[in-house]
Amino acid sequence: MVSTSAYLVVGAILFSLGALGVLIRRNPIVIFMSIEMMLNAANLTFVALSRQLHSMDGQIFVFFVMTVAAAEVVIGLAIIVSIFRTRNEVDVDTVNSMKG
Amino acid sequence: MQNYAWLLLALPLAGFALNGAIGRRLSKNAIAWIGCGSVGLSLVVSVIAYLQLLSWRPEQMVDLGSSTLGKGDFTYYNWVTSLVGAGTLKIDFGMLIDPLTAVMLLVITGVGFLIHVYSIGYMRDDPDYSRFFAYMNLFIFSMVMLVVANNFLFLLVGWGLVGLSSYLLIGFWYMRKTAVLAARKALIMNIIGDVGIMLAIFLMVRQWGFVDYAHVFAKAATYKSGDPIITAICLLLLLGAVAKSAQLPLHTWLPDAMEGPTPVSALIHAATMVTAGVYLIARCHVLYDLSPVSAGIVAGIGASTALLAATIAVVQNDIKRVLAYSTMSQIGYMFLAVGVGAYASGMFHLVTHAFFKALLFMGAGSVIHAMGGEQDIRKMGALGKRLPQTYVLFTLGVLAIAGVPPLSGFWSKDEILAHAWAWGDWHIALWAMGVGTAGLTVFYMFRLGYLTFLGSSRVERDVAAHIHEAPLSMTAPMSVLGILAVLGGFIQVPGFTQLNDWLTPVFGTFSNAGRNFIANPRSADVPFEWGAFAILMVLIVVAFSAARTLYQAGPRPKLSVVPAPVYTFLVEKWYFDRLYELLFERPVYWLSRFTWARLDRGFIDGLVNGVARGIATTSNDLRPAESGFVRTYAMALVAGVVLILVLAIGQR
Repeated sequence: MVSTSAYLVVGAILFSLGALGVLIRRNPIVIFMSIEMMLNAANLTFVALSRQLHSMDGQIFVFFVMTVAAAEVVIGLAIIVSIFRTRNEVDVDTVNSMKG
Repeated sequence: MQNYAWLLLALPLAGFALNGAIGRRLSKNAIAWIGCGSVGLSLVVSVIAYLQLLSWRPEQMVDLGSSTLGKGDFTYYNWVTSLVGAGTLKIDFGMLIDPLTAVMLLVITGVGFLIHVYSIGYMRDDPDYSRFFAYMNLFIFSMVMLVVANNFLFLLVGWGLVGLSSYLLIGFWYMRKTAVLAARKALIMNIIGDVGIMLAIFLMVRQWGFVDYAHVFAKAATYKSGDPIITAICLLLLLGAVAKSAQLPLHTWLPDAMEGPTPVSALIHAATMVTAGVYLIARCHVLYDLSPVSAGIVAGIGASTALLAATIAVVQNDIKRVLAYSTMSQIGYMFLAVGVGAYASGMFHLVTHAFFKALLFMGAGSVIHAMGGEQDIRKMGALGKRLPQTYVLFTLGVLAIAGVPPLSGFWSKDEILAHAWAWGDWHIALWAMGVGTAGLTVFYMFRLGYLTFLGSSRVERDVAAHIHEAPLSMTAPMSVLGILAVLGGFIQVPGFTQLNDWLTPVFGTFSNAGRNFIANPRSADVPFEWGAFAILMVLIVVAFSAARTLYQAGPRPKLSVVPAPVYTFLVEKWYFDRLYELLFERPVYWLSRFTWARLDRGFIDGLVNGVARGIATTSNDLRPAESGFVRTYAMALVAGVVLILVLAIGQR
């Protein structure tokens, strides 16, 4: 059997990669993809631990997380599209009118 | 006397205040009247005081037993009266008018008045006419305060103020860098002396709780000869006297002080301020009689300075510098006199010196005035024909200072030398130095006379065009001084010892106390030494002939009778200036540069600037928080999460 720690480690790696992607990439769509990755890493952790602890709570929570992720993406993409319509470019670095 | 003596201080002070405050708006006439009038009226008051003193009996004048020094000692205002712990401290503002003071007052106001009148002509074309007379009156006020004070504290006030007046007057033409430097040098050296007097006063307060003459002298008289406290006080006062009177080793300021206008040189640096040291020692004769060591040092300093200054004067080429060194030399004689206990002789020489030195300076001023500012005697010559009055009067001054009988200088100088000789033992060396100095004095004074007034003219053509005799306002005071220089000696000749008798109440009290600390007869007792007289006469003739032979034709390129190294040594003033530059100026400059660059600019400014820079750096680092840069915010988020995680796991 694969030990639970393996799943947790993979979850951690995925999460870190996601976080890195959020910090480094400039394209908002890629940032969203990274966020998804982070969320999925969390999901993985939930499921692995649910298995280990023999409880269904973890797996149920995964459904909540997925729902939230979907809703978030909808809104996020709507914002990106409207930004694109105004500026004709999507570069997270240029969105700094909240400066000061 | 109490009723009017305060006028002596009030009149010059009023003159100073008036000319100083509103002088600029007054006419030259008004300024002159105020300036000279205040001193003239002070002279009148001095004469009145003198006449009143004449009417008193000697025992009324000095009374060491009580708390005053006789009828002339009175208090105007009780200032400090405190009982501190086990002791008391009592300081009052008062005056002492006794024979010694009267002599000084007559010299100060008399010669001062003549010089003020002289200044009317001399400074006529100067735009700062009123400021000049204001400062001169300030000086007279200060000097009078110095001599009439009846306690050491107000003596010190006067002492410091004359130093200030000297500074202001030397640096009168403040646009000239050399004048400003000279004034600063004079002030600094004078202040060194002031410290000496202050320390002496501290000692007096600590010992006795009194600073007035009456108490100090009364208490001191109970001490034994050679007591260390008395010696310490004497030496500290000597420090002050040496600085003020430009004696070794604090003498270097006097030649530089010639940067001031000639009337200033005549008044301050010939007749009065520089004699304050002699006055101080004479006034404190009670203390010096008790300390043979101090008195010996005084005499030694006097004789050395006299000789040293005379040697330097021989190689000077500026009229005023020759006279400055001559002054230094003659004051050396006065110090020699008071150092051997011949206080009356010292005062006598003070008086005669005031006459002929002021006369000589006035004559020099007349020459400078005629030459349009030129002071180098190598560019003069044959002025005797063009300036007859000045020539005659100057020559009288030269004869007086050379000690040619029967002019005044002879009597006073001879008396001092007689006293030095009469003492015996090592004082003979001082006598020899005095005699050597006398010879040199004759030599360099006649050299000065020849190069300036006789021989062939070396004057530049454009200067020669407007050589004219001085106006009456200048020649009149000179003539008065000329008469005094010739006849003034007769106040004290063997047989007519008027001055000595006059001063006996001041100096003679010691024998009243039954003690005889200095086994030296006073003036009246010294017989007229025909041998010494002969030596002096021969010396005069020899020196005069030497001067005439060498300088009748004109200046010599270098003093060719003397080898070059010696000449350089003399021209460099025995290297005193260099020595002081090395010992004092360099370290002080180094220290101030270090303090400025490293401490002030480096450390303190660095501290202040560092704080500012730190704040700037911090604010720069905080900037990203407000940059509107999304990725930075995201980074902050992540960093915060990581931190919390670390802390949470770390707790385990």
